Order: sequence, then C-alpha cells, then structure tokens
Amino acid sequence: MDMALEVAVAAIKIFIVVNVVQLVVAYMIYVERKVIAHAQLRLGPMRVGWHGLLQPIADGLKLFFKEDIIPDKADRVVFVLAPVMVLVPALVVYAVLPFSATFYITQINIGLFFVLAISSLGVFGVVMAGWASNSKYSLLGALRSAAQMLSYEIFLGFSVIGPLMLAGSLNLQEIVHAQRDVWFVFYQPLAFIVFFVAALAETNRVPFDLPEAETELVAGFHTEYSGMKFAFFFLAEYASMMVISTIGIVLFFGGWEGPDFIPLPGFVWYCLKLGAFMFVFIWLRATLPRYRYDQLMRVGWKFMFPLVMLNIFLTGFLKYLFL
Amino acid sequence: MEIYFFYMFAGGMILTSLLMITRANVIHAALLLVLTFFFLAGVFVLAGAEFLAAVQILLYAGGIMVLYLFSIMLMNVEVAVRMRQWHRQGVVVLVAAVLLGLEIWAVLGEVEFGAPKQWEWSLGATPGNVEALGAVLYTKFLFPFEVASILLLASMIGAIVLAKRTIER
Repeated sequence: MDMALEVAVAAIKIFIVVNVVQLVVAYMIYVERKVIAHAQLRLGPMRVGWHGLLQPIADGLKLFFKEDIIPDKADRVVFVLAPVMVLVPALVVYAVLPFSATFYITQINIGLFFVLAISSLGVFGVVMAGWASNSKYSLLGALRSAAQMLSYEIFLGFSVIGPLMLAGSLNLQEIVHAQRDVWFVFYQPLAFIVFFVAALAETNRVPFDLPEAETELVAGFHTEYSGMKFAFFFLAEYASMMVISTIGIVLFFGGWEGPDFIPLPGFVWYCLKLGAFMFVFIWLRATLPRYRYDQLMRVGWKFMFPLVMLNIFLTGFLKYLFL
Repeated sequence: MEIYFFYMFAGGMILTSLLMITRANVIHAALLLVLTFFFLAGVFVLAGAEFLAAVQILLYAGGIMVLYLFSIMLMNVEVAVRMRQWHRQGVVVLVAAVLLGLEIWAVLGEVEFGAPKQWEWSLGATPGNVEALGAVLYTKFLFPFEVASILLLASMIGAIVLAKRTIER
C-alpha cells in the first residue's frame, strides 16, 4: 500500500509541475514581449485585459482553434511525432529539478547527468521536424539547429564538470547543499561564462538564434507547422529555457538557498533567481545582434572549448592543493 | 514488479529492433533504433546500472544517432526506398544465425540463474554506483581505460587527416 501512496503523491506533484510550467511559459512569452517592447520604447500588448495581462490566454486559445495543416508531401507519422519529441524531453527533465528543500518530484543520484542526457534528446525533434516537413527551409534550418545544438552540448557538458568536482555529487539537492556558504559562481567564474553562452546556444536564443534566422530561413525547422503543433515547439523552447536556468541556478547560484539574514522560503528564492535568469535572457535578446554561422562555430570550438578544458584542469589542480 | 518492467522493456526492445530491420525508409529505421536504445536504458536501470543507462541515452541516442540522422537526412530517401532491400544472401545468414545460436546456447549453459534480485520500491535517492564506477575505472582498470582513449584519439586524428586531404585537393 505504501507504494500506491508514493505513486499517487508523485502523480499529483507531476500534475502540479506540468501545469504550472505551462502557465509560467505562457506568461514568460508575455513578459518577453513586454520587456522587449519597453526596451524599444513601445508598449507591447495592451488590449486584452489590464496592460495586456490576458494576452497569453487569448494567444493560447487562438492557437488551439487554428486549422492544423499537414503538408501533402510530408512524412505524416514523423511530422506529427516531432513536436511531441521536442516537448516531452523538455518536460521530463522537471522530474529531477529541486524547486525547494522539500518540493521536488524525485531525487536520483545521477540527477545532473539525467538532465543532460534527456535534454540532449530535444535535438531529435528538431531534426525530425525539419526532415518530415519535406521543405528546403525546414531541412536547412534543422541541419543548422542540429549542428549548433550538438556542438554546444559538448561545452555545456564540460562546463558543469567544474562545479561537480567541487560538490562531489551528481544529486542536484546535494549540489545545492554544498553551496551553503559560498556560491560556486565565485569559485567557477570561467565555467559559469561557458555555461551561460552554451545555454544560450542550446536554447537557440539571441545571439545564437540562427536556426530561426527569419531573413534566411523563414522560420527554420518549424516553418511548416501551425496551430497546436507550432505551440508545442514554442512551449518546449521556453520550458527548456527554464530548465537550463534552473540548472544554472543550482550549479552556480546556490539553488533554492538564500542568504541567512533574509528569511524567505526556499521556493521564493528559487523563483527570484529564476526570474533574474530569465530577465537576462530577454534583456540579451533586446540588446544583441545575431551571430553569423561561422562565427558561432569559431567561438565554440576555438575559444570556449580550450577555456572549459583549462577550467577543469585548474579546478582539479587547486582542489588537490587546497582541499 | 521488477519482472513486469523487465518484460515490458525487453519486449519493447525486441519489437522495435524487428521493426527497425524491416523498414524500407532509413529514417524510420534510425528512429526505431533510438527507441531500442531507450528500452535498453530501461533494462540497465532495472539492473541497478543507472549511470550506464544515462550514458546509453546521452551518447548513443543523443550523440551518435543524431549524427547518423544528420547524414541520412542529406540523402535522397525516396530513391533509397525504391532500391532493392534484400541482398539475397539467405544461405550466409542462415549459417551465421545457426552458429550464433549455438554460441549463445553454449554460453547460457554455463550461466547459473539465481532468483531475481529483490527490487526495493523507492522514489528517493539510493546510494549510487557512480562513485564506485569512478573509483574502479581510475584505479583497477586505468590501463584499459587509457588504451581506449588512445584508440579514440588515433581514430579522430585519422578522420581529420582524411578529411583534410580531400579539402586541400
């Protein structure tokens, strides 16, 4: 009977997390539109509700009722599966993220590794979407995306090794506990820089949003998608942005733990840090131009890769000397 | 409980591999192979090798198969589908299958099957094998580990040299 109870509790937690994530994603899009609008001295959405607050719901309804088009020459099965294949990994990863000291779906001892493994699957959906659409723009967009995501996944993977060496555990909750005194960002500035750039590239955000360079590729791999299927790609993009921000918070900014002199619950600290992270994402989008494809690859392999290797070496060396 | 999960994963693995080798469309075959990797990762988890399961997904599914798909996508699949799918090598296949079957039978004869390990239901963290794996890999098996690294390095350099020669021409 114990088992049934545990399964029921887990199911309830999963239900809460999945729904809250979708709601937060909808409002992330609203916040993004507002912040960018104000950065460009515009007002952004104002019509639906007070200062456009109901805009995300209107948008969601619109996408829900839109006609769902599958191109004639598309590979139907793969075409339909591709958005699912993008969204599911993005949501599955939430299973191991620590939202506070007590609220999480599960803790596994390969937590961080699990996150990396599952989020590496998102690229399948992109490749499948690009190929199944049977359109040149989609295919080119998908090829670009795949090359970019594969390259930067390597830097992302290497950049987490530094904090891991300090924490001595793959369990995300234990990594948070290891930062009770000092955030790892002070010990691992190099790793954080590489992590942040790789995170931008992994989530296809400005300045690395080449996969959806409108001027060259229309809309990249999701050119042929409409209605709910298109919404799935959107949801997945923002959901994985939140995942990668959470990983950044857990690895470098002490997760849900805050300084002792401000007594706020762990979950509030987590939300504040997540909000700050997401704001930086949006802020960068309002500020920076897009990188060129060869620049993207050069920055990655010739600058970030040596940097992250140096960081691992230095961390090991210093840890051996002082700890 | 564990045994049902095992049958689910093993059955899924057999089904997807059979589907994989019978598809005419290479992309479908590749995607089915990815599914097979997932079921295999599930079996690894049941065996208590969660690190191996994560590696299986990260490297094989997330890395190698994406690269495969990457190159297959550039191929004209419609032409490939119309090509002859079987190589009419039934005799060779039969001989190989019989030999392999005998081999498996011989190996299985040596193994002693004990009672299946009791599975403890827990959604919490359990003491893991990541530390143990690291310790063993960098002490007892350091030499094979380094040999494997050198092999990989050599193959990488070889690939770069071959690619560079064609670029220079």
